[in-house]
Amino acid sequence: MTYISDIITTKDLTKKFDDLVAVDNISFSVKKGEVFGFLGPNGAGKTTTIKMLITILNPTGGTATISGFDIIKQRDKVRKNIGIVFQEPALDTELTGEENLEYHARMYGLNKEKRKNRIDEVLKLVDLEDKRKVIVKNYSGGMKRRLEIARGLMHYPTVLFLDEPTLGLDAQTRRAIWAYIKKMNDEEGTTIFLTTHYMDEAESLCKRVGIIDRGKILVMDTIANLKNSVGKDVITLSCTNISKLKEKLEKEKWISKIKQYDTTLTLGVEKGDEKIPQIIEIAQKQGIKIKSISVRKPTLDDVFISYTGRTIRDNEVQQNANLPPRFRGGH
Amino acid sequence: MKMLDAQAVYVMWLRQIKRFLRSKGRLVTTIIQPLFFLLILGSGFRSIATGLGGDYLHFLAPGIITMAILFSSMFTGISVLWDKQFGFLQEVLVAPVSRISIIIGRTLGGATTALIQGFIILIIAIGLGVPISSIFGLFLTVIIMILIAFSAVGFGLVLASKMQDFQAFPLIMNLIIMPLLFLSSAFFPVSQNQTMQAIAYVNPMFYMVDGLRGALIGENNILPIYIDFIVVIAFCIFMMAIGSYFFSKSEA
Repeated sequence: MTYISDIITTKDLTKKFDDLVAVDNISFSVKKGEVFGFLGPNGAGKTTTIKMLITILNPTGGTATISGFDIIKQRDKVRKNIGIVFQEPALDTELTGEENLEYHARMYGLNKEKRKNRIDEVLKLVDLEDKRKVIVKNYSGGMKRRLEIARGLMHYPTVLFLDEPTLGLDAQTRRAIWAYIKKMNDEEGTTIFLTTHYMDEAESLCKRVGIIDRGKILVMDTIANLKNSVGKDVITLSCTNISKLKEKLEKEKWISKIKQYDTTLTLGVEKGDEKIPQIIEIAQKQGIKIKSISVRKPTLDDVFISYTGRTIRDNEVQQNANLPPRFRGGH
Repeated sequence: MKMLDAQAVYVMWLRQIKRFLRSKGRLVTTIIQPLFFLLILGSGFRSIATGLGGDYLHFLAPGIITMAILFSSMFTGISVLWDKQFGFLQEVLVAPVSRISIIIGRTLGGATTALIQGFIILIIAIGLGVPISSIFGLFLTVIIMILIAFSAVGFGLVLASKMQDFQAFPLIMNLIIMPLLFLSSAFFPVSQNQTMQAIAYVNPMFYMVDGLRGALIGENNILPIYIDFIVVIAFCIFMMAIGSYFFSKSEA
């Protein structure tokens, strides 16, 4: 097999459910050893994309390859090459941690000696060596996640898929899980493809992200580049007669981006703290009263807003309000 | 993909056995319940069940063994639903092994645990004085027990593939399984009533109970053993085929 630098490549990958287009002509590639993330609100098509890549859902259009293997025609080779941590826990809770790993390794065809060594290795990686003989139902949420990560790594996959790896975990546990994910990327060189709707998670783990919304990739770049595209600094203000101020500010060359959301204006500028007096001066000349103004460094949420006009959180509130309770939360 | 992956079959089998042995509650209830039936019904009806060719306890034992195996196997078949709800099924379905290996492993595991329970009841029944017709009869008894177990696992797989949660399970037990069991001659002979007899002939459980009775005790069975045996084999193949079909079509 020739050396492949792109571990995952997709071309026009599409999934339609009846009249709903869950994933719409997605094309991207992930390089060997990279931590790549899909960032987007719930229902954006992240999980559907993962399900197609891990061969449990057939695409309705387009193609994808993993380690050079076609996800439809070479399904078994793809399966041997990937590890998966599902969004919902997928452990046998009546078995011990060690048994879960052992059974997984058998299914993936590891021989006895390899199984034994590898179980020790992966348990060490996630610090669960002392819990190996404990029945999984007695594990905490964070321990279960760690065990799943360990299991995903058991068969030396070239790429590990993590679907919302810290969903439903507390802040401290989330940071611990991030540390384990980074560690396995460093120590084992495993390529990681993860999905998340947490901006802090994407920022902490991913080098590159694709921002996905309504089945489409809006933009894909390194996190630093994405933030710079919004402006070095972001100024947010609210005032009387907002449209008039917007009109005036649009003529100023030092504002790289200007957008209005409801009752606030968001401006992308350089050296934001020096621009605030200028903005106030312009407003005062027009007799516009500024109610509040602030400057901050751009976040991924600003990037998301600049492409969609909504924040990721807005989206969730809206979506969750439309769904019956049992469907709320990540899917 | 290899059609049959021995490791996958073994893992699926071993997992069932471990879960079964660890769940003490299940082990106890699935043995205690048929034992109560055998002891209480057996001794209660013994004195009034005089129309039979022999002892009521001897009549009842094959029925209770069938019941124990049926319930236990169906339960393991249906436990696929648990895996669905707890997400474990996904982990199994993305492994690089064929679905048929998974089905075979599961079925063997379910059948093994059911047979363990069936044999415990059988040993207790023999201990209570239920006679064995012959060594060949005992051999045939074991074969029929195995066939019953596989049929019921198949039935459980169909249910698990079609059901979304456990809500429909008590309904199916009470509206389908219990009446069929009552009409199978497990507890009383159906031959004294023509309607009941007619229903019994289209009830697969009747052939299981009647076959087991003929093989083990050798008295009070209505049909010759070979007819029961053929029907039970045919039914078993049918249930396994549609059980595997539905399971292989199901999505995690």
